[in-house]
Amino acid sequence: MSVLVLAEHGNAQLDEATARAVSAALCLDNDVHVLVAGKGCHDVALAAAHLDGVSKVLLAEGESLANQLAEPLADLIVARSGNYDAIVAASTSTGKNVMPRVAALLDVMQISDVIAIDSPDLFRRPIYAGNIVQTVRSKDPKRVLTIRASAFRPVGKGEAKPIETVDIVPGSCLSTFVANAVAVSERPDLTSARIVVSGGRGMGSADNFETVLAPLADTLGAALGASRAAVDAGYVSNDLQVGQTGKIVAPDLYIACGISGAIQHLAGMKDSKVIVAINRDAEAPIFQVADYGLVADLFEAVPELKGTLASAT
Amino acid sequence: MKILVAVKRVADPNVKVRLRADGSGLDLAAVKMTMNPFDEIAVEEAVRLKEAGIASEVVVVSVGPDKATETLRTALAMGADRGLLVRTEATTEPLAVAKVLSAVAGEEQPALILLGKQAIDDDCNQTGQMLAAKLGWPQATFASQLAVDGDRVTVIREVDGGSQTIALTLPAIVTADLRLNEPRYASLPNIMKAKKKPLEERQASDYGLVIEERLEVVRLEEPPTRAAGIKVKSVAELVERLKTEAGVLA
Ligand SMILES: Cc1cc2nc3c(=O)[nH]c(=O)nc-3n(C[C@@H](O)[C@H](O)[C@H](O)COP(=O)(O)OP(=O)(O)OC[C@H]3O[C@@H](n4cnc5c(N)ncnc54)[C@H](O)[C@@H]3O)c2cc1C
Ligand SMILES: Cc1cc2nc3c(=O)[nH]c(=O)nc-3n(C[C@H](O)[C@H](O)[C@H](O)COP(=O)(O)OP(=O)(O)OC[C@H]3O[C@@H](n4cnc5c(N)ncnc54)[C@H](O)[C@@H]3O)c2cc1C
Repeated sequence: MSVLVLAEHGNAQLDEATARAVSAALCLDNDVHVLVAGKGCHDVALAAAHLDGVSKVLLAEGESLANQLAEPLADLIVARSGNYDAIVAASTSTGKNVMPRVAALLDVMQISDVIAIDSPDLFRRPIYAGNIVQTVRSKDPKRVLTIRASAFRPVGKGEAKPIETVDIVPGSCLSTFVANAVAVSERPDLTSARIVVSGGRGMGSADNFETVLAPLADTLGAALGASRAAVDAGYVSNDLQVGQTGKIVAPDLYIACGISGAIQHLAGMKDSKVIVAINRDAEAPIFQVADYGLVADLFEAVPELKGTLASAT
Repeated sequence: MKILVAVKRVADPNVKVRLRADGSGLDLAAVKMTMNPFDEIAVEEAVRLKEAGIASEVVVVSVGPDKATETLRTALAMGADRGLLVRTEATTEPLAVAKVLSAVAGEEQPALILLGKQAIDDDCNQTGQMLAAKLGWPQATFASQLAVDGDRVTVIREVDGGSQTIALTLPAIVTADLRLNEPRYASLPNIMKAKKKPLEERQASDYGLVIEERLEVVRLEEPPTRAAGIKVKSVAELVERLKTEAGVLA
C-alpha cells in the first residue's frame, strides 16, 4: 500500500506542514510519495525530494495549478489516486478546500483533522472544539485524510529521491483566480513559531497591537496571534486568528494578552507546551489553562515584560 | 435567481459538551440546540441578496431529525421563503448530506448554494466541497465577501496567508466564514410570520438514497484536561519562572 501526500507550498517554498503530513503518512505505510502541484515550483519539488521517508516526488506544473484552485487540483489528485490506498494533506486552507472534493469524487468519507493514527485504519480526531476526541474506523477502500499539522513532528532531511514529472488534467475552468492579498510580515509563521504572542479584545485597537504587543513579539522573535474578537474588530488581519475556526497552534510558549479564554479560542492553543496569560480579570477562564497567570493591566505588564526581556539580552 | 442554503442543527457553541458518565456517548440530552453559527451567516447572506433584488427566492434545507424543523423555522424567520426537511434519524456524515443536497439541487435548480464553512459540532469542514464535487460545480470556501454579477460570483476567501479573490461561473457553491456578515436576530413579527411559511418534509428514500455511514465511531473520550498553573505576582517573577522552571526562555 502506498500513500500520496499533497505538498503545501506557494510555488517558491515548501511549507513545513508537508514534513508533518509526511510524518503522518509514514504511520500508514513506508512507501510515501509527495505530489507537488503548482507552477514554477521545481525548487519545491527538490525540497520535497529531500524529506526523510519520502520515496518519490510527483511534479505537476501548469497555469491552472498556479493558485491551488480546488477544481483542477482535485481532478489531478483523483487522476493519480489509482496507485494509492491513502491520500493525505495537512489541514491548511488548501488542504481543507481541496481534499473533501477529492473524497467526494472518489465516493469516500474524508477523515478531517486527524491528531493521531493508532493503526492504518484507526484515527483519532477532535470534535466539539476539542472537548471530545473521537476514534473512528474507516469502512472505505481508500482513505482520504487531513491531518492537524501541530500534532505530528516534521520529518527531517534525507537523501534526495527521484522527481517524476506528471501530466496535468485538462479540464473546464469552473473558477478563475483574480487576486491574492498576502499578509506580508517579517515575523515567524504563526503555525510553526516556537513562541506566539497573542492579543484579544483587551488590546483595544489596531494601534495598540502595533505599539504595545508587537514590540514584545519582536523581542522574543515570536509570531503574532489574535482572538476572533480582535480580528472582527479589525485590530489585525484574519490570518492571525487562533482557534477552533482559525489556526491551530502548539508552540513551546503561548502568551495570551487581554484574551478571556473562550472554548473556541482554547481549541486553537491548549496544546501549547507553556501558556502564559495576562489579564486584569482574575476570574477569566484563560487562567484555568495557563501555567503562569498574571493578573494585571496589560498596558503596564506587556511593556514591562518587553523591557525586562530586552535588557536581559 | 434561486438560492439554496443548507442549515444544520447543532449544540449551542457556548456549551462545553461532555461525555455521558458511562462513556457511551455524548451527553446532549440537556444541551440547548441552535442553528450552526456559520449557517446563520449563510442564511443572512442569502436574505441580503434577496433584499438587494439579486435573488428571487431563498430555500433552506436541513438533513436531520424532526427537531431540525426548529432550525428551519429560525431561517424562515430571518427571511428565507421556504423550508425543506429531509428527515433522517441516522448519523449524517458530510458525504451522505452532500448526496442528499445534490439530489435536492437537482430538483430545485438553484443558481447558488450557500453553506457554512464548518459545523461547530463535528468540525468536519467538508460538506460544501463534497456537494460541489457531486454536482460538478465550482466552489469558493471560507468566504468573507461575495458579489453576484450576472452569471458570475466573485468571492474573497480567508486563507492561511491572508485572502484570495476568485470568480466562479454560476451555478456555484460558496461556504461562509465568520466575517461574511453579522446575522440579524429574527424579530417577533417575523417569527410569527415564519410559522405560516411553507415547510415540506421528505425522506432520503424519496430521492432514491439510503443514508449510510462510512466511519464507525470506535471510541469517544475527553482529552486530558490541562491543570491550572499558578498566579505570579509580578513581571519579574514571571520572567524568572519562564527561564528557570519552564525552560522556555534562554
Ligand atoms: C447527536 C449526534 C450524534 C452523532 N453520532 C455520530 C456517530 O455515532 N458517528 C458519527 O460518525 N458521527 C456522529 N455524529 C456526527 C455526524 O452527524 C456527522 O459527522 C456530521 O453531522 C457531519 O459533519 P459536520 O456537520 O461537521 O459537516 P461540515 O462539513 O462541517 O458542515 C458544513 C456545512 O454543511 C451543511 N450541513 C452539514 N450537515 C448538514 C445537515 N445535516 N443538513 C443540512 N446542512 C448540513 C451546513 O451548511 C454546515 O455548515 C453525530 C452528530 C450528532 C449531532
Ligand atoms: C462559531 C464561532 C467560532 C468562533 N471561533 C473562534 C476562534 O477560532 N478563535 C477565537 O479566538 N474565538 C472564536 N470565537 C469567539 C469566542 O467565542 C470569543 O468571543 C472570543 O474568543 C473572545 O475574544 P477575546 O478573548 O479577545 O475577547 P473577550 O472575551 O471580550 O475578552 C477580553 C479580555 O480582555 C481582558 N482585558 C480587557 N482590557 C484589559 C487590560 N487593559 N489588561 C488586561 N486584560 C484586559 C478582559 O478582562 C477580558 O478577559 C468563535 C465564536 C463562534 C460562535
